[in-house]
Amino acid sequence: MSWHRKHLLDIESLTAEEITTVLDTARAFKAVGERAIKKVPALRGKTVVNLFVEPSTRTRISFELAAQRLTADVINFSAEASSFKKGETLKDTARNLEALNADIIVIRHSATGAPHFLSRFLNASVINAGDGAHEHPTQALLDTFTIREKKGKIAGLNVTILGDILYSRVARSNIWALLKLGARVTLCGPATLVPRVFEQMGCRVTYNVEEAIAQADIINLLRIQHERQRQSMFPSLGEYSSLFGLNRARLALTKPDALIMHPGPINRGVEIDSEVADCERSLILEQVTNGLAVRMAVLFLINGGKGPQEVATN
Amino acid sequence: MNKQNFLAERTGSRCEPGRFFMSETILILNAPAIERALTRIAHEIAERNNVSADVVLVGIQRGGVQLAERLNGILTGIWGHAVPTGNLDVSMHRDDLDQRLTPNVHPTLIPFNINAKTVVLVDDVLFSGRTVRAALDSLIDFGRPHRIQLAVLIDRGHRELPVKADFVGKNVPTALTDNVRVQLKETGGNDEVFLEKK
Repeated sequence: MSWHRKHLLDIESLTAEEITTVLDTARAFKAVGERAIKKVPALRGKTVVNLFVEPSTRTRISFELAAQRLTADVINFSAEASSFKKGETLKDTARNLEALNADIIVIRHSATGAPHFLSRFLNASVINAGDGAHEHPTQALLDTFTIREKKGKIAGLNVTILGDILYSRVARSNIWALLKLGARVTLCGPATLVPRVFEQMGCRVTYNVEEAIAQADIINLLRIQHERQRQSMFPSLGEYSSLFGLNRARLALTKPDALIMHPGPINRGVEIDSEVADCERSLILEQVTNGLAVRMAVLFLINGGKGPQEVATN
Repeated sequence: MNKQNFLAERTGSRCEPGRFFMSETILILNAPAIERALTRIAHEIAERNNVSADVVLVGIQRGGVQLAERLNGILTGIWGHAVPTGNLDVSMHRDDLDQRLTPNVHPTLIPFNINAKTVVLVDDVLFSGRTVRAALDSLIDFGRPHRIQLAVLIDRGHRELPVKADFVGKNVPTALTDNVRVQLKETGGNDEVFLEKK
């Protein structure tokens, strides 16, 4: 078990062993959050910059708190209140942040590959907090952490991802992580949002929601990404809700120990009914708690991933 | 055995248990000696601490965890009651995180209150003292013990910090480049401690 990476850019390039290393490390950091003193000095004197060019509440707060609990200094940078408005490029912005001796840059951007781009010229570590519809690695790590914690394993589980797959970076990262760890992944949603091309990744694609959830151990619901859709991909939210929404009647068709997940923010009454979102089989709030532990683990591992040689040359 | 295999075995850093023909690896404690050392440490802990109900054991991950469990077993025999025993991972408090690859983090489990207790920290090998420094820092986050004592199976010298063990199984003079390898049956193999000369 070891970690040698300087950046966390995607799940696709990680090995199953590396994913497991993050999950094991996160377990120890989750315990830190349960103590009276929820802070450790692992990143003392380091500076973490949250460079959020696309809006986010949950992920930014989670990364901010994770960095603070590791005793790092945190700068939050949002596009609305910055020189992006004045036309500064991403590269120049990142270079400026690095000139302030930032050690780790956490970036969210609407363009696929933005974190990879930064990683090519920055000395600082780069963590992808969501790039376009490409990947959202820490979300997949916290989802697999939650599944492993609840079910004791990942391999052999049936995981159904239901909703807007096409525009979802959460779906892509989750698919990579789940397949690498040996789960069987079923994708379901409107045909316009769940193209058959995903079968090439090794998933099963179905458009029958009852069939998709019948054998599932985990049902991961995804939000409809209005902001990414160039045109309407289905007639109405009401129709989506009646055809694919998880309500009490559909929940009754699932295995009694099937668990419900959602990366948030949830649209009550669209992809999930209120009573299902709040039922005891819903892991939605535990995902938030685990997200903090996983992001602490990622920051901790990335900080050390540079290894002794690279530090020596700095 | 052909020449290549023979050389590989001679120069290998690990040796098979029971094979001590290599000059590089010296057995310094065998199973009965480890048992005797732990029994003596347990009696010293009992002698030093009059109120047994105030004593708790905390093993430092990884090597100290099993030793703390064994001390608990022996102390249970001496005191007639079990001693609360936890384990502590110090990776998040290390002072060398910048100079090495990220260490593996193992669970910390201290399921009891350490306030006003005497905490006996247990580790396998005392070397630079930096692990103990990190352990002290980490432990303080869990409460304010009345007193902290340190028990180690091997003290190999070369301290870099003003740290001293209260209970020592065996003092072993070593060179800085040597490696002390503690092997316990809980983690596979026999109870043995080796000094590996580089």
